[in-house]
Amino acid sequence: MSKRIDVKDLNVYYGSFLAVEGVNINIEAKSVTAFIGPSGCGKSTFLRTLNRMHEVLPGARVEGEVLLDGDNLYGPGVDPVTVRTQVGMVFQRPNPFPTMSIRDNVLAGVKLNNKKISKGAADALVEKSLRGANLWNEVKDRLEKPGSGLSGGQQQRLCIARAIAVEPQVILMDEPCSALDPISTLAVEDLINELKDEYTVVIVTHNMQQAARVSDKTAFFNIAGTGKPGKLIEFADTTTIFNNPSQKATEDYVSGRFG
Amino acid sequence: MTVTAPVARKRSALTKGQLPAFAPYVVLAVALVLGAAILALIGFNAFGWGLVSAILFTIGLVGWSAAVEGGRKANDKLATCLIVGSFLVALLPLISVIWTVLVNGIPGIITPGFLTTSMNGVTGALDNKSVDDGTKVLGGVYHALLGTVQITLLATVISVPVGLLTAIYLVEYGNDRALARAITFFVDVMTGIPSIVAGLFSAAFFFAVVGPGTKTGAVAAVALSVLMIPVVVRSSEEMLKIVPNELREAAYALGVRKWRTILKVVIPTAISGIASGVTLAIARVIGETAPILVTAGFATTINNNVFGGWMASLPTFIYTQILNPTSPSNPDPSSQRAWGAALVLIILVMLLNLGARLIARIFAPKAGR
Repeated sequence: MSKRIDVKDLNVYYGSFLAVEGVNINIEAKSVTAFIGPSGCGKSTFLRTLNRMHEVLPGARVEGEVLLDGDNLYGPGVDPVTVRTQVGMVFQRPNPFPTMSIRDNVLAGVKLNNKKISKGAADALVEKSLRGANLWNEVKDRLEKPGSGLSGGQQQRLCIARAIAVEPQVILMDEPCSALDPISTLAVEDLINELKDEYTVVIVTHNMQQAARVSDKTAFFNIAGTGKPGKLIEFADTTTIFNNPSQKATEDYVSGRFG
Repeated sequence: MTVTAPVARKRSALTKGQLPAFAPYVVLAVALVLGAAILALIGFNAFGWGLVSAILFTIGLVGWSAAVEGGRKANDKLATCLIVGSFLVALLPLISVIWTVLVNGIPGIITPGFLTTSMNGVTGALDNKSVDDGTKVLGGVYHALLGTVQITLLATVISVPVGLLTAIYLVEYGNDRALARAITFFVDVMTGIPSIVAGLFSAAFFFAVVGPGTKTGAVAAVALSVLMIPVVVRSSEEMLKIVPNELREAAYALGVRKWRTILKVVIPTAISGIASGVTLAIARVIGETAPILVTAGFATTINNNVFGGWMASLPTFIYTQILNPTSPSNPDPSSQRAWGAALVLIILVMLLNLGARLIARIFAPKAGR
């Protein structure tokens, strides 16, 4: 239950502004890929093109191909909603739905789409998803309480549970730990390690130690200057990127000389 | 355990002179006495006493503070005095209105049958008799209350869908397009339409479509909805705008369609604000008089049909009772009924506002562990 992603010559625009230029990348199924790079280099922008969330913003568009197991996400007639059911996303700030209970938050993907689900199946899905997100033991006694009452780290894991409840092929995470404390970060990182047994995980992070800890492969993005497009500089095994990068800019970045 | 070095006690170098805590009360007492003395010279009245005392109090307190505490504290006290003064000035008319309506309205409202009878069959002769014999004033506001409720309800039923859908278009689909900007502009223009113009529009519209002289509750409801729609659009728009974009993106990322996201995530999140906005819009139009006079006329009998026949409402009831008393020679019973109706109207608006708060609380996203 996971698919690979291949990106060919992808240019990403905001209106007429070219934000990310010429990205070619192959992301293996059942692996964790980390995107690192300085702020504003287009990591998050690029990540959002992988499930067509980019075009939610007015004027945003892309050129090029993103292939999910060979199917072009940007092919003619492709419904972005179908893409998003296959490629789930977890955001930087935990964003559980404030009007819903913990249980309803997990079931949001099902209920909001008005799919019929029996109570037994719903209970099983809630437990499976919450267990998958390492949250079950903490919330099993208060499933009917609002999700906004949880701590930040718990809310983020609730959002992950919500994302895996729709059983996607790929999970995208946009700096999922940047608003969390070290303990919650550890919980989420452990979770990412478990998730890669079943899903393809792509994570954007500013924390290079985190990239080193959780990812199999790492992509380094950089930007030449303000107003210039971001580019993929180097993509290789995480150990290679951190120990023996081929590009000077990568070495400077991972060794802390800039960024 | 940490050990702190003992610090020798001395007068703090960080403080300046301070007024004693009782200073404002002393100045107030002096100002009141002085004010009374000054007013006694030119002829005493309560309003002048309050005004002169307030000015004396401000001068006294600020002057004393400037002498003891320095300029900054004195400026602070001056600003406090001005703000409290403005607050009291703003509060005076409100209290005065409520007091007047209560005093004049309670005799009307406690008359048996006031809320349960109409003005059907109540003639000037009966009013004259009640004044001469001291018996109870006959007639009531039941028909007007019923009319107000029906007209307002119909206006709400018209305005809320139109207004809410407009707001949804503006926030979710408008994208600052020419159409969205035009709508925003015209909604702003509609907010400023005088209510009588809305009434004339509705009357002219129904005269043209249904037939000359069409005056029913529905015509009034259309007139009121012209006034209500811009308020509903504005308040709903603001409420939808403050729904965090993250929630929309969260729903999209789960593969939820846009219209379902709006229906199931955006509106439920904003519903408390929308509901209280709608209630305030109702409160805004429920007291309209002019548009109802030209659209629903004024009836003295109970009319249960919004779509046929003239209909009374509380504001027009008050207007006619005061302007054309049922008994021209003895206007007191009519004026008692008018004040009673005014009190009923104020209570209705107050209940609506309380209802808005209650709705906001019931629908508000619940926090808690």
